Amino acid sequence: MIRFENVTKVYAGQERPALDSVNLEITKGEFVFLVGKSGSGKSTFLRLILREERPTSGIIHVAGKDLGSLANHKVPELRRQVGTVFQDFRLLPNKTISENIAFSLHVLGYSQKEINREVPEMLELVGLEDKGDRLPSEISGGEQQRVAIARAYVTKPPIIIADEPTGNLDPELSVGIMKLLDRINREGTTVLMATHDSGIVDQMRKRVIELDSGHVIRDQVRGVYGYTG
Amino acid sequence: MRAGFLFKEVRIGLRRNLTMTFAVVVTVAISLSLLGIGLLSNAQVNAMKDYWYDKIEVSVFLCGTLSESPTCANGVVTPDQRASIKTDLEALPVVQSVFYESQTEAFARFKERFKNSAIAQNVTADQLPESFRVKLKDPTQFDVVVSAFSGRPGVDIVQDQRTILEKFFKLLDVLRNGALLVGLFSVLTAALLISNTLRIAAFNRRRETGVMKLVGASSWSIQLPFLLEGVFSAVLGWVFATGLLSGLKYVVDTKVAPLLTFTKFFAWNQVWISSAILLGVGLFVSILASLITLRRYLKV
Repeated sequence: MIRFENVTKVYAGQERPALDSVNLEITKGEFVFLVGKSGSGKSTFLRLILREERPTSGIIHVAGKDLGSLANHKVPELRRQVGTVFQDFRLLPNKTISENIAFSLHVLGYSQKEINREVPEMLELVGLEDKGDRLPSEISGGEQQRVAIARAYVTKPPIIIADEPTGNLDPELSVGIMKLLDRINREGTTVLMATHDSGIVDQMRKRVIELDSGHVIRDQVRGVYGYTG
Repeated sequence: MRAGFLFKEVRIGLRRNLTMTFAVVVTVAISLSLLGIGLLSNAQVNAMKDYWYDKIEVSVFLCGTLSESPTCANGVVTPDQRASIKTDLEALPVVQSVFYESQTEAFARFKERFKNSAIAQNVTADQLPESFRVKLKDPTQFDVVVSAFSGRPGVDIVQDQRTILEKFFKLLDVLRNGALLVGLFSVLTAALLISNTLRIAAFNRRRETGVMKLVGASSWSIQLPFLLEGVFSAVLGWVFATGLLSGLKYVVDTKVAPLLTFTKFFAWNQVWISSAILLGVGLFVSILASLITLRRYLKV
């Protein structure tokens, strides 16, 4: 699903590479935690997958596309394969929960009939079936993040990328988010989650990739947050 | 993106930015009206040219008792000279018709023209020159007649009424060019305003466009709502501009035309042609301004 071959990224004006000769592969259906200190290269890694940045050297494949040879006008096609969730939710404040989820479908040209079918289904998946008419400001942070996940997942992309999705949430709310991501993963979606939340990583016992100063220093199949050798 | 959702987004966008929408519509209306007035002045100048050039003649004055030009040194025109001038005039390909005005006829016309003036009483028929009034197929071909007949024995002067009108039309041309220039500049201003308004709109809706990019909307579908907002304002402004030009035509027909009977005025047809041109200009300018702005501020 995601393959990095010898990928190096050096930002203009910086000497130290943000990513240095990274080789790794994430296969279909995996659940992967991406951990590391701030500045370790996590964000660069995610940005490269979405082609918000281009690598200085190396080859990146995402969802069967070689990003190096992907034409600019095909980038939206790539992004349709990758659902994204952020720490700050990025919901539209003056649209209701239902409208926020429907927004993805609308801009991608789904029919009203499909939207009427998909949106309630998603609300149910994230457990907000009775709050569809509320505005984002009227629900809790945990609920807002669930809406954001619903929005990313409603088009059923094969890959979900979550950048610190629990970063703004209390631990008890984070559990709900993790259950949801786990459930989406069980339906066959590849999930890549960057996080600082050691509790979650230790609890889930999924594959852990740790970055430090642009190098992959650890890649464990059923890892925990801290380095255990 | 389906049409229903698209138009809903456009409506929300226009409403949320209502004061700017209003400013754009008014600016487009005013600038297109100014350009339209320029186009109609052009139509008016052409209408007047048609009207007047159709009526004007070249006058070939023959030597009379008062003529002072060297060609008249041998005195009054002889019947032979007169006959040969007429034959030659009629033989010219540019000439449509030749009408001879004798001294008596000239006198009658003179008296008619100045019937309320003391001048008429001091003039006698033999003081007025006889002349050929020549109508040309194409009034611009005046030079042909001048070169063929000035300096010919028996001909006093060749006078073209067109040269008198030409000065007047030159003035009108300057006024028309001025009006068109003002119109073009204000259309440019409107384009800049559209561009800035869209820049603000793109900034105000950066969350929406951010989400659109995130879920993989094509840049075309991200830009389309903004583009349509610009086009909508331009079209609304155009409707007002056309209304204004129609009002102008109505005022010209009912209030001005009865007072100025010596000329023709531009036809309704010209209003519609100008309106069509304005629509084209409005669409072109708004789409161009939008695309350039959006390419810069909505990069995917």
